[in-house]
Amino acid sequence: MPAPVIVATDLVKKYKDFAAVDGITFEVAPGESFGLLGPNGAGKSTTMRMIGAVSTRSSGSLSILGLDPNEHGPAIRSQLGVVPQQDNLDTELRVRDNLLVYGRYFGLPRAQVAARADELLEFAQLSDRAKAKVDDLSGGMKRRLTIARALINEPRVLLLDEPTTGLDPQARHILWDRLYRLREQGTTLVLTTHYMDEAEQLADRLIVVDKGRIMAEGSPASLIREHSSREVLEVRFGSERNATAAADLAGIGDRLEVLPDRILLYAHSGEEALAEVTRRGLEPITSLVRRSSLEDVFLKLTGRSLIE
Amino acid sequence: MTTTLDRPRSGGVKALYAGNARAVVGRGLLATRSTNWIIVLTGVFEPIFYLLAMGIGLGSYISGVTDARGDQIPYAAFIAPALLAVSAMNGAVYDSTWNVFFKMHFGKLYQGMLATSLGPLDVALGEISLALLRGAAYGTTFLLVMQALGLNLSWTALLALPAILLIAFGFASLGMGITSYLKTFQQMDWIQFVMLPMFLFSATFYPITVYPEPIQWVVQALPLWHGVELVRGLTTGALTWAMLVHLGYFLVMIALGLIFTTRRLRALFLD
Ligand SMILES: Nc1ncnc2c1ncn2[C@@H]1O[C@H](COP(=O)(O)OP(=O)(O)OP(=O)(O)O)[C@@H](O)[C@H]1O
Ligand SMILES: [Mg+2]
Repeated sequence: MPAPVIVATDLVKKYKDFAAVDGITFEVAPGESFGLLGPNGAGKSTTMRMIGAVSTRSSGSLSILGLDPNEHGPAIRSQLGVVPQQDNLDTELRVRDNLLVYGRYFGLPRAQVAARADELLEFAQLSDRAKAKVDDLSGGMKRRLTIARALINEPRVLLLDEPTTGLDPQARHILWDRLYRLREQGTTLVLTTHYMDEAEQLADRLIVVDKGRIMAEGSPASLIREHSSREVLEVRFGSERNATAAADLAGIGDRLEVLPDRILLYAHSGEEALAEVTRRGLEPITSLVRRSSLEDVFLKLTGRSLIE
Repeated sequence: MTTTLDRPRSGGVKALYAGNARAVVGRGLLATRSTNWIIVLTGVFEPIFYLLAMGIGLGSYISGVTDARGDQIPYAAFIAPALLAVSAMNGAVYDSTWNVFFKMHFGKLYQGMLATSLGPLDVALGEISLALLRGAAYGTTFLLVMQALGLNLSWTALLALPAILLIAFGFASLGMGITSYLKTFQQMDWIQFVMLPMFLFSATFYPITVYPEPIQWVVQALPLWHGVELVRGLTTGALTWAMLVHLGYFLVMIALGLIFTTRRLRALFLD
């Protein structure tokens, strides 16, 4: 196995007495696409900032590309690409100039940066907007420009903090497609998200984080296999009858989860579970059989929904 | 490799400085395309108006001003070097306070810069250099106006140019550090509140000897007084040993300002 590009051991970040990241341990292999999945306030961004060598850990050890960020901040950052949760494009500069100037921050020669900028504008499908003002771009375009900017130094590791939050479905798919290509080219990706579909699409392996701690680790498929049933039956009885109906459903499937608006029944076969529900004389207003997802894994591990 | 200390300490100069402040300067020059030129011009003309109104207008009623060696000089030649120091200060302070304030709070510019291989010292040096350039531009314009009006009394006036660079550098490095503490527009007004009396009372328009001794000490503690005396010595040609003290004052101010600003940037953006 090649040496890992990121090794975090018992990583902790405290703000005053509050531990935003509370002892997490993981490794990322070169070329891997690694995800951090978790709800708001889980500590995803805080972890990303430590990996990005812009936030000092409170304790634990961290090695990025074999270097300690406490000692070698600039050297590490020169090999990273960073897409922060909130775009911080330079609004005083035009689209192409954003790339040129950013490349110069890495100390790269002008000619090399110029050639690379044109390639990246092409990659981000922004060539025709090269001279536009940043403020005139749409949210999706800004995000693509931020990703293009993060690639200007041909980074070995690309850090993406919620790359598609706030974008419409079409813009998300365009972005996923771009990230897919990077993955194919062998760039190591580390991304955070609270969208399970995004994690399933983009991550080879992920950690589920809650309250600064790791709840589970594995590939999306193995996490689902390990922590959930094959299928899920969702039934709705209306908010008043939910609780009483839940009592009558006991014993169907492997496990049952009562949410305010619906009940989830975890079973190998959703159809069989539904047949059993009707056999018991219960008549749900609506019912739906679907595959288990990371959302279900999260619910099982934390008792809470991923998106609040 | 990795360390497992309980409270990891951050490393030396390597962690602070990548030797690439010029990239920050380059960015600043490119961004000046979207500069508010009215503000720039105001900064250039303000001291010129003072010179015309007070030096030429009021000055025709005033006689008996002497330079540092006790020689009689025209009133305009007395206040012009003070206004020159002020114009360098204004340029530097405008850039290192207002511009920096906006970048810190609205543009998230430094956050972006510090995610690259730049260190906080690169950013501080680069931004301060830009402020210094503006101060130098204001100062050079003013020095040319002085030349045209015959207010440079000695060839040593040429040395006023590096002197105002030094003054601008001092004010810019301290200004940026102080600005990093300010969070609201009201707080930004405090800067004006300090600058105006300093401008009026730093032996700008009359010799410091008009004050009682305790007040003289206060004025002599302020940076502008040192700037005024340094530049006045050079443009009038009345050189004294005390000018070395003024020079030293600014060298110390620059060093402290740089350390202060670098630490602040690090505390704010690399916490
Ligand atoms: N600079 C800071 N000072 C104090 N507390 C902080 C700071 N930054 C983050 N926190 C706290 O640390 C916790 C984790 O924050 P973080 O931004 O890492 O969460 P996240 O997983 O990225 O959440 P989100 O999905 O909302 O982006 C939160 O409770 C947050 O309030
Ligand atoms: Mg976050």
